[in-house]
Amino acid sequence: MNRKSLRYAAPTAAALVLALSLSACGAGNESDSTKPSNAAATVSGTLNAGGSTAQQSAVAAWTKAFQTTNSGATVNYDPVGSGGGREQFIAGGLQVAGSDAALTDDELAKAKTKCKSDVVEVPTYVSPIAVIFNLKGVDKLNLSPKTLGGIFQGTITTWNDAAIKADNPDATLPGTKITPVHRSDDSGTTQNFTDYLDQTSDGAWTGKAVQTWPVKSGEGAEGTSGVVAAVKGGDGTIGYADESQAGDLGKASIKVGSDFTAPTAAAASKVLDASEEVTGRAKTDIAITVNRKVTDSAVYPIVLVSYQIACQKYDDKAQAALVKAWLTYVTSADGQQVAASSAGSAPLSAAFVTKAQAAVATIAGA
Amino acid sequence: MSITQATRKAPPVRPGDRVFAGLSTGAGILILVILAGVGIFLTAKGIPGILAKPDEVKSGQHFLPWVWPLVFGTLIAATIALLIAVPVAIGVALFISHYAPRRLGQIFGYLIDLLAAVPSVVYGLWGIQFLAPHLVPFYAWLNKHLSFIPFFGEPSATGRTILTACIVLAVMILPIMTAICREIFLQTPRLHEEAALALGATKWEMARLAIFPYARSGIVSAAMLGLGRALGETLAVAMVLSVTAGEVTANLIGSSNPSTIAANIALNFKESTGLSVNALIASGLVLFVITFLVNFAARAVVERRSEFSGAN
Repeated sequence: MNRKSLRYAAPTAAALVLALSLSACGAGNESDSTKPSNAAATVSGTLNAGGSTAQQSAVAAWTKAFQTTNSGATVNYDPVGSGGGREQFIAGGLQVAGSDAALTDDELAKAKTKCKSDVVEVPTYVSPIAVIFNLKGVDKLNLSPKTLGGIFQGTITTWNDAAIKADNPDATLPGTKITPVHRSDDSGTTQNFTDYLDQTSDGAWTGKAVQTWPVKSGEGAEGTSGVVAAVKGGDGTIGYADESQAGDLGKASIKVGSDFTAPTAAAASKVLDASEEVTGRAKTDIAITVNRKVTDSAVYPIVLVSYQIACQKYDDKAQAALVKAWLTYVTSADGQQVAASSAGSAPLSAAFVTKAQAAVATIAGA
Repeated sequence: MSITQATRKAPPVRPGDRVFAGLSTGAGILILVILAGVGIFLTAKGIPGILAKPDEVKSGQHFLPWVWPLVFGTLIAATIALLIAVPVAIGVALFISHYAPRRLGQIFGYLIDLLAAVPSVVYGLWGIQFLAPHLVPFYAWLNKHLSFIPFFGEPSATGRTILTACIVLAVMILPIMTAICREIFLQTPRLHEEAALALGATKWEMARLAIFPYARSGIVSAAMLGLGRALGETLAVAMVLSVTAGEVTANLIGSSNPSTIAANIALNFKESTGLSVNALIASGLVLFVITFLVNFAARAVVERRSEFSGAN
């Protein structure tokens, strides 16, 4: 009898324990939400955002800070990639999209239909892309855009090539073979890097500005970490990656105007001020054509500019308030600083913060 | 007496029997449903990708010329991985089952099984951070001395070549193949082995005469299981291999290598939209078909030899 009753008693007891512990969890959550909010301005609800993988670590830092000040708010960021983010935003699955490229005219029209209003598109994340290299005996390297284009095109094949020597008259360059490393996955980093080469290399680069690496030379590696690992693992390698991820690898200085500029956050954030907005768009749509051909050598022109995209009008007032609060924080000087210290990005300049904040301020419930 | 009684009475059917029969039948049907579901999904979503015009997809190519280098890469990576892994797996299994002292063999078996528990992302990290840089001098040597063989052309400076990927794949498929071979070798009838030894065979001859013929179909199934895993392995290949789109080359140690289907999907899916996604799914369908064919071939081989083997 004992044994039989035990057979039934054990699962029952287990179920009971489980139920109790679950209800304890539930109670914990409730006490959180019923807590009186300490400031009237805090927002609550769930914000579904997603898109660019480049913004991921910055978004993580923003989310942490945002959820601390707004304890009732939850921000979910799904790093599906820029294209996926824009697509899901237009389809209505995401309230905010992160994207390494501004909406195309076609996408903009669709997004406007979906939002039944204008679109708010603000640059939120600017990051310098460093040209990283690993070459025995060389730790400083200067490169002009034309040389850089030739290296990645595969027309300059050894480190003691005359073009590289001309950029570095004082360096002793070995005859090692150059192995250019590029991203094997599609990426906004590639898009921005090839855009730079396309505009500035004076014909040395013929691959145009594209997301997928177009030239059949060199090595492919997956993701920023893959490129960094591949450059580190070989001798005579050169690649491009987010400056913050470059670690202790050598970073080439790029010729801007008449001088060579190192990839720093400060030099990168200046490029937006030297660039122009895409014309013919709503005031809230701050899409930027990055000026790669700047001549001021205090500016570093190989940057990745990533946006966050939202509707100007939302049917739900609470939703509108949440999106507005989020973007206000992200584009604020404070938010930009948080991203700079945690993700190594270049903070937006004061002028752009003002401009972005003005655009975000127009978000409202219908 | 009792026997005749038992046959006359219908065996009692207990509820437990019914429940269990229902559960296992249900599980069997579920497998079919899942398989059919995957097949239907791949076909339905893949067909628009196959029919897409070059200017509608990101690759800018028709489906067949686009997918062909991927199929080539997939097959060559899996085949070379198998060529490396099969002899090693048979050797290790034979060592564990017949050569090693019993205790040592057991410990060895555990260690091999442990390899199977390592996630593929770890193999990928190991491949890109450790194995690839260490293979660079070896590849340079291969190129210097054996460059008349088309496999060993211009070597890569980082070692992230298809041969490196194959070695990583070989290590990944080794545990399952070793485990199966070991079990089969252990099932060889003792009498066969003793008969071989009694005829004056050495231990190696005994393995050749008694164990291998008996275990042949088991070895084939082990190899096919390994091949299946090698064909579908995604992450490790995506991390280790330096790929160039549309490349078809015999050079195994160069910088530009063909990608594999699975790795290509992983690398490109994130930033694809519209018909490009359909094209990727269609390439998944191709992989599905290849895996099916491989499994059918393996089944056929195992069936043909089933009457001699312990694998059924």
